[in-house]
Amino acid sequence: MLVTAMAGALWIGTRKGAFVLRSDARRRSWKLAGPQFLGHIVHHIVQDPREPRRLLMAAKTGHLGPTIYWSDNRGRSWQEAKSPPAFRRAAAGEPPRAVARTFWLSPGHPSETGTWYAGTAPAGLFRSKDGGEHWVPVAGFNDHPMRPQWAPGNGTPDGEFLHSILVDPRDAAHLYLGISIGGVFESTDGGADWAPLNEGVAADFLPSADTPFGHDPHCVVLHPARPDRLYQQNHCGLYRLDRPARRWLRIGDAMPRRIGDIGFPVTAHPRDPDTVWVFPMDGSKVWPRTCIGGRPAVYCTRDAGRSWHRLDAGLPRSQAWFTVLRQAMCADQAERAGVYFGTTGGELWASADEGRRWRCLARQLPEIYSVSYAA
Amino acid sequence: MPLVVRIPGPLRSYTHGAGTVRATGHTLAEVLEDLDRQFPGIRFRFIDEQQRIRPHMRIFVNQDQACQLDHGLRDTDQVHVLCALSGG
Repeated sequence: MLVTAMAGALWIGTRKGAFVLRSDARRRSWKLAGPQFLGHIVHHIVQDPREPRRLLMAAKTGHLGPTIYWSDNRGRSWQEAKSPPAFRRAAAGEPPRAVARTFWLSPGHPSETGTWYAGTAPAGLFRSKDGGEHWVPVAGFNDHPMRPQWAPGNGTPDGEFLHSILVDPRDAAHLYLGISIGGVFESTDGGADWAPLNEGVAADFLPSADTPFGHDPHCVVLHPARPDRLYQQNHCGLYRLDRPARRWLRIGDAMPRRIGDIGFPVTAHPRDPDTVWVFPMDGSKVWPRTCIGGRPAVYCTRDAGRSWHRLDAGLPRSQAWFTVLRQAMCADQAERAGVYFGTTGGELWASADEGRRWRCLARQLPEIYSVSYAA
Repeated sequence: MPLVVRIPGPLRSYTHGAGTVRATGHTLAEVLEDLDRQFPGIRFRFIDEQQRIRPHMRIFVNQDQACQLDHGLRDTDQVHVLCALSGG
């Protein structure tokens, strides 16, 4: 659907609560509201494209366990899920697993109204069939005989995340997911069975990258206009995969050498499968994970990764040392797509012209974990 | 006779603001089951799916910390659910 003018909202999940920026139809005027759930660690807030009034939020507090909230009035009020994601009770002799945080939310297939997926730390996949009220483990992944090898718990300091749950718009049973650290996995039977999909991806932190799993995808997107096309921002580079091929192509090799191809997010253009945006970070030496040289920039390809263009007009010119996390960049659906990112320093930046010029919409928010657009 | 359960601030959204409630049971597990029956969802926020007390939560019975849910209770005991000193 081509949209020339649209009012929308940016839902912002932060370390200390949820905020929302609402725009006029021209996306010129934005109004910040919130916080909601002040003091909660909000990892992800996602609109249901099948029922646009419905939103889901993944949250916890420093003390309390993880839960899901849902709204059916565009975020004016929220209800807590009756049974949030939780692993099954461990059998005797089995290592007990408990959800420490629900990290990722993905709406299910357009034909499956009410179906949602959630990814957790430690790595677990959960499904709801009633709009987020009740969640059950996807046993095909959580109890897969290979899961202890795929996701052995060698996660990052904040845990081992399951993220980037992708549903093929042509086939509700065709799913992808990413695990940091573990790799990308694919299911063609609705989650009953899974297989690694990591050929061609580097893993500098392993003795050999020639391994079927154990990689570290930071963010994976399936292009809505060409569902056979995947882009992956990995801990070790930037990749594209055009199915049915199984070998990822390192498109980050075309990035400028001084910038490299390390980062957290990758965001797809709403219609053009050759266009994605990334936010490179410093992955050199001791991995500062900050803007490179203190000069933030978005990079964009319009030819599926053959070339990249720096987009930094309006962004700070120096001494900016933030990070943009994997869920903290998104695009809207407008004819000239809006692109948005939130920073670990609590700033929300927006471009109404596909990244050519940037302006700051909000400052001094808590550390931003996620930014998602709601029409 | 239901015994007294003290509820910390972060969990009072479940108890309609009440800091003290009553629940029935001969063990901590039974009391928390009854608590969850009265205030659905409260238990999972401080007891995980493997029946362990969450890392930043504490439960005291009178003056003594209880680490297991099979802890026996008398009618005169008070159960304190507390948030540990942690955060940032």
